[in-house]
Amino acid sequence: MSAPALEARGLVRRFGGLTATDDVSFAVQPGARQALIGPNGAGKTTLINLLTGVVKPSEGAVLLQGEDVTALSSNKRVRRGLARTFQINQLFPDMSPAESLGLAISERLGRGRDFWRVAGSRPGIVDEIEELLARFGLVSVMDQPTRTLPYGKQRLLEIALALACKPKVLLLDEPAAGVPEEERHDILAALAALPAEVAILLIEHDMDLVFNFATRISVLVAGRLLCEGEPAAIAADERVRAVYLGEDAHG
Amino acid sequence: MLTILLDGIAYGMLLFVLASGLSVTLGLMNFINLAHGAFAMVGGYVTALLMNRAGAPFLLTLPLAFLIPALIGVALERTLYRRLYGASPLDQVLFSIGLVFMAMPIANFFLGDQPQQVHLPPWLSGRLEFHGVGIGVYRLFIIAVCGVAAAALQIFLVKTRFGARLRAAVDDARVASGLGVDVDRLFAITFAVGSGLAGLGGALAADVVGGIDPSFPLKYMVTFLIVVTIGGSNGILGALVGSLLLGVLDVAGKYYVPSIGAFIIYFVMVVTLILRPQGLFARGDAR
Amino acid sequence: MSAAQTLDEKAKLEAHLRRHERWRWSEIAFWAAILVLIFALPSRAGLLNEILIAGLFALSLDLILGLTGVVSLGQAAFFGVGAYGAAILSAYGLSEPTLGLLLASALAALLGLATAPLLLRGSDLTRLMVTMGVSLMLGELANRNSWLTGGADGLNIAMSPVLGLFPIGFTGQRNAALYSFVVLFLLFVGARRLAQSPFGLSLTAVRENRLRAGALGISTSRRIIGIYALSAAYAGAAGALLAQTTQIVSLDVFDFHRSADVMLMLIIGGAGYLYGGIVGATVFIVLKDVISGATPEYWEFWIGGLLVVLVLIGRDNMRELARRRIKTILPGAAK
Repeated sequence: MSAPALEARGLVRRFGGLTATDDVSFAVQPGARQALIGPNGAGKTTLINLLTGVVKPSEGAVLLQGEDVTALSSNKRVRRGLARTFQINQLFPDMSPAESLGLAISERLGRGRDFWRVAGSRPGIVDEIEELLARFGLVSVMDQPTRTLPYGKQRLLEIALALACKPKVLLLDEPAAGVPEEERHDILAALAALPAEVAILLIEHDMDLVFNFATRISVLVAGRLLCEGEPAAIAADERVRAVYLGEDAHG
Repeated sequence: MLTILLDGIAYGMLLFVLASGLSVTLGLMNFINLAHGAFAMVGGYVTALLMNRAGAPFLLTLPLAFLIPALIGVALERTLYRRLYGASPLDQVLFSIGLVFMAMPIANFFLGDQPQQVHLPPWLSGRLEFHGVGIGVYRLFIIAVCGVAAAALQIFLVKTRFGARLRAAVDDARVASGLGVDVDRLFAITFAVGSGLAGLGGALAADVVGGIDPSFPLKYMVTFLIVVTIGGSNGILGALVGSLLLGVLDVAGKYYVPSIGAFIIYFVMVVTLILRPQGLFARGDAR
Repeated sequence: MSAAQTLDEKAKLEAHLRRHERWRWSEIAFWAAILVLIFALPSRAGLLNEILIAGLFALSLDLILGLTGVVSLGQAAFFGVGAYGAAILSAYGLSEPTLGLLLASALAALLGLATAPLLLRGSDLTRLMVTMGVSLMLGELANRNSWLTGGADGLNIAMSPVLGLFPIGFTGQRNAALYSFVVLFLLFVGARRLAQSPFGLSLTAVRENRLRAGALGISTSRRIIGIYALSAAYAGAAGALLAQTTQIVSLDVFDFHRSADVMLMLIIGGAGYLYGGIVGATVFIVLKDVISGATPEYWEFWIGGLLVVLVLIGRDNMRELARRRIKTILPGAAK
């Protein structure tokens, strides 16, 4: 059995007296469709930051395709195949989607330090930009500054950007967050159409989305992994229901 | 050598009073005010002019050296500064540099470019000898006055309700005003006190630096900034320690290695910033 | 989606990505105009030279501030190193200007490389302080080491003709302006290409969203160090030009005034589209010339006033205004 695409081993993160992440271990297999759920304050964001390298763990390790990347900075992990989207869009406001994607592709191809040729003059890159724009329905807005795009399109670009890095593992942080009703199904369709070989870990509050998308669910509560398993089992689990009681359960 | 230490401490205390206002506005109000030196200049001029042209006694001029810059400070704060409280650091820096560039020619225009001297009264001149250690009387006076000012400031900020309200307002102005704190007035008073302290410092410094002239704000701007950088703006204690350290280093440096000159304080600043770039401005470092 | 449509789209896409590549007629006119002025106003060659040098200096700041979003109040450090570097080299026998220029810029670039790591941590305020501190330190060092720098008296130098052919001494004022023009133009072309390259695009990304740039695999620290070193080289070149064309260097090259003035020039002209530095330098120096004629001692007052007004109006507002007006004329390389 090959190594998991992404693995956390005994991750611990303390902030002063607070233990945000408490001995979390789990694995995401290649091609997985896995979701991470948990109530507010469970520590999902901290966990993502630990996995992506934005934050260093107090203890434990992060492995990418079997290799220990705990000591690597976040941009190096991206180069090893770990990409993410942000819960709040992190885009380039004055660059167009085409330019943003072109940049991501360029960097991935190792062309990022070219200082002489005009960006976009390499034909292969143009083809790839075109393909991503089409896949995410961004062709009509490809040359407009990102900040002028409707929120739903921005969210799609957020995902497209991560995909432009051709990751082996993709962490999606609440991709549907804040997206108006009319534009939600675009997001859902985009998620469904993600390449099969990419391992995907989805962090979400939206249970509809989770149960439609994931084949495996991990539940994080107060920094600890409560349980893991198939959607049906998780949905039926008493402990999980108990945790969500008292929370407004938005479908 | 002890003399040098004491001289350094005196210089440090002076720097403290001069820079404390800047430390307060930076640390407590999140505003970078490079024009701070201009208020010091005003204070220095007040003392010099009152003494030289009106024959006023030195001690009497000191409260006015505090008050007049404080009033000017409030006026400027209400009209100009408050528009930039949320602005980027670069904007604040450029704005206050602009003010300094305006203040200096104004001083030049009205008062000429010759330094205005402050002639200390006889009871403040001369030296005292303690067990073979010499210290100028004026230096002792500076240490005393600045020490009192420092203590007063600390008590004011920490022990009084005003201080508590100020800290609350800085942490979250909206919440504070929601709780009934008059944030506007708070900032105005704080700015006034900071400017007033600068003025007092300027008046005290006049003798030490050889008179007040229009280039004073720019010449010492960097020094003030270094004090705030090294001492941090997390409280009066930090600023005090920073100032003393700087004062001693500067005096000792110039005495023992004259060819270094001001280099040493710039060096210390850069090193401090390398080692603790976040920590020194932890309170105000939201950018 | 038919094949023809996709092809259409690709063409449109490529055209969009390369939209700033071709030089607009307005840009060509801009440079031609400067060249014409140099020949048409030989008596003002000194002033034009000053503008060109300041323009180059401001361009160096645009590379870090406008393009990459890194603030600095210490460009004077590199300007000074370039100036003294060229002067000292010439004093020790290397009096051919172009070689001196290259070496002096390289020296400035090394200094930039060495001090760049200081910029990476901390806030904007830290950066402003550190850069200011470094340039003041250098100024102080220059002051104290008068055996090398001439101290408060400065250095007087004599230059050989450029490339052995064009004298730029006191009799060659117009040649000096031409020399500065050529250097500025060549460096500008380089900067323009750089800004439009993938590297330049990554710097824009660092400016617009550093977090995201890192999340795309960009090693933001290294890019910043790289562009800082380059901008130091440009500033050093400007300093070297000053030394070589005016034949004198003094301690004021390290003055805080220099860093503040160049910042102001860039703000007046607008940061981020590469032409702002030259435009701002022109406005600044011409104004200075005019006002100094009337009230020399109070020039500083008006500069201060201008700064205050500009900041109160808002640099972003200014930039928007400028971008809309000037963009159609001089798109330069910014997006």
